[in-house]
Amino acid sequence: MDAVIRCSDLVKRYDDVLAVNGISLEVRRGECFGLLGPNGAGKTTTVEIFEGLLERDGGEVEVLGQTWERGGSRLRERIGITLQETQFIDKLTVHETLTLFRSFYPSGPEPARILKWVELEDKAHARVGKLSGGQKQRLSVACSLVGDPELLFMDEPTTGLDPHSRRQIWGGIHKFRAAGGTVLLTTHYMEEAERLCDRVAIVDHGRVIALDTPARLIASLGAEHVVEFRAEPLPDPARFESLPDVRSARMQDGIVSLTVGEVHRAVPALLAELERQGLGLTNLVTHHATLEDVFVSLTGRHLEGA
Amino acid sequence: MAVLRFRPVLQLSVTKIRELMREPEALFWVFIFPVLLALALGIAFRSGGVEEVAVGVHRGDGAERIERALDAAGRLRPVVLDPEEARERLRSGRVALVVIPGETVTLWYDPTRQESEATRMAVNDALQRDAGRIDAVAVDTKEMTEKGSRYIDFLIPGILGMNIMGTGMWGIGFYVVTARQRKLLKRLVATPMRRSEFLMGQIIGRLVFLIFEVGVMVVFARLAFDVPLRGSVVTLGVVSVVGAMTFAGLGLLVASRARTVEGVSGLMNFVMLPMWILSGIFFSTSRFPEAMQPVVQALPLTALNDAFRAVMLDGTSLVGIFGEVALTASWGVAAFVAALALFRWR
Repeated sequence: MDAVIRCSDLVKRYDDVLAVNGISLEVRRGECFGLLGPNGAGKTTTVEIFEGLLERDGGEVEVLGQTWERGGSRLRERIGITLQETQFIDKLTVHETLTLFRSFYPSGPEPARILKWVELEDKAHARVGKLSGGQKQRLSVACSLVGDPELLFMDEPTTGLDPHSRRQIWGGIHKFRAAGGTVLLTTHYMEEAERLCDRVAIVDHGRVIALDTPARLIASLGAEHVVEFRAEPLPDPARFESLPDVRSARMQDGIVSLTVGEVHRAVPALLAELERQGLGLTNLVTHHATLEDVFVSLTGRHLEGA
Repeated sequence: MAVLRFRPVLQLSVTKIRELMREPEALFWVFIFPVLLALALGIAFRSGGVEEVAVGVHRGDGAERIERALDAAGRLRPVVLDPEEARERLRSGRVALVVIPGETVTLWYDPTRQESEATRMAVNDALQRDAGRIDAVAVDTKEMTEKGSRYIDFLIPGILGMNIMGTGMWGIGFYVVTARQRKLLKRLVATPMRRSEFLMGQIIGRLVFLIFEVGVMVVFARLAFDVPLRGSVVTLGVVSVVGAMTFAGLGLLVASRARTVEGVSGLMNFVMLPMWILSGIFFSTSRFPEAMQPVVQALPLTALNDAFRAVMLDGTSLVGIFGEVALTASWGVAAFVAALALFRWR
């Protein structure tokens, strides 16, 4: 298969901190690939090495079949970049900003057309300084599309945005992919990774700890549902592992979390067991297993605030 | 125009011009402030063609005649006063001299005061003529009115130099650090934009403003104070461009590493403050002692101010100010080279 990004044994050190500790992965043409992990996992460092903005300390990186050492500015013409935070020029209008960025590329769509893609056409003549956070982020996405890139890098494209703005950005990504583009994005929102990404690498402490499609990552839990409960006095999670249809049980912050095959079989058994042990149930929640649960099962920590 | 629309250098220059045009404060500091400064200093230090000197006359016999005689002399403005009042005004300098009528007229004044001696002679002269003195020799006077020797003539080229230093350093240095702090530089570097294109855009944007900056000041000085431009406009233009480029280079150097606006502001003042004082903006560099002259004369703003004065006041050609222009330019070249070596794009 045609790999758009290929990296092996990537290493990056900041002083004595190992930010990236031997990451290897491949991004295939036409897919949306996600780096999912908590803040500080090394996602941004990894992406900025791919983008040619940071030097690596070890390992090999190839982007669109080129290395940054040889590809240089030709490579820049073929990729689009959305940085985690860019403040554009407040005094320029949206359209002027896009025209400026468009001028750096040998070819690409008209600025007006890109504005339509990211639903900013009615703000074309508004000053950048007057835009809302979501609109600024969509401008940032627009600026990464002006050169008609084959590969789009997006570092935390929706962090801090309201749900509506988030969906507008997701819409822009869908359109870009529909036109044949490849996307590499980082996120610490598991919902974003599940919705947008064909494949996800879960990153923690500068390493890839799991890499697969979201569906298969969740399936690796061996169960489709998660049942979480609190009880008093504090239960021992090991005593619930043998219940019918329960695959695993663990406790964090006083909450016992069971991964289960089918809720309608596990819950009655759970209730019966609680009664047998003389525990009082104070809270019970069930949900479909998510990438969050995968992360928890791999690291014992939660993604956000981890 | 369609061909040019997506030229990076053009877009970057236009961007820089738009940003300044849309920033009223910046427009004030670049265009209005220097003019107001020149206007205020020009008025405060105007060398008065005919300035009247106040002279007190003691009330009493003969006071009226003396008052008339002094009045007729032209430059004196006599006031008849009671002795007590006259004493008070003389003490506080509101009159330069007091005339006490009598058989022998007495002139009462403070010899340590600058204008006293001239006033004493003028008063004496007026009184003698009034009493019918016949001059032994016929004397005629002729006034030197040539422009270019007044304080305002000295001042305008200095303000021009100061302004070029200020806008060059702030306009480039401050801008670059702000863009770095806002991650805009990093975003630009992530595009195929060449770094040289960014610098060219900055410089061209700067030069477009320079034309107006220098033009406004020269035209204003001509209209308001009749300050001459004796040299050619081309020479003035060359000096302006060299000065602007040099201080753009210094601004870039100061901004090459700084990550925050606060950091660069301190550095900027550290570089500019000595030149505000030493480089002959408001007063001549010759006021500094001989031992300091090598330092004073080596500063780029000193050379730039000297070059502006030579072009505007003496009409010197480019050849005549080659030394000053070359000194300024070498600062600029050194600054650019150092800035590019040190520059941090992220």
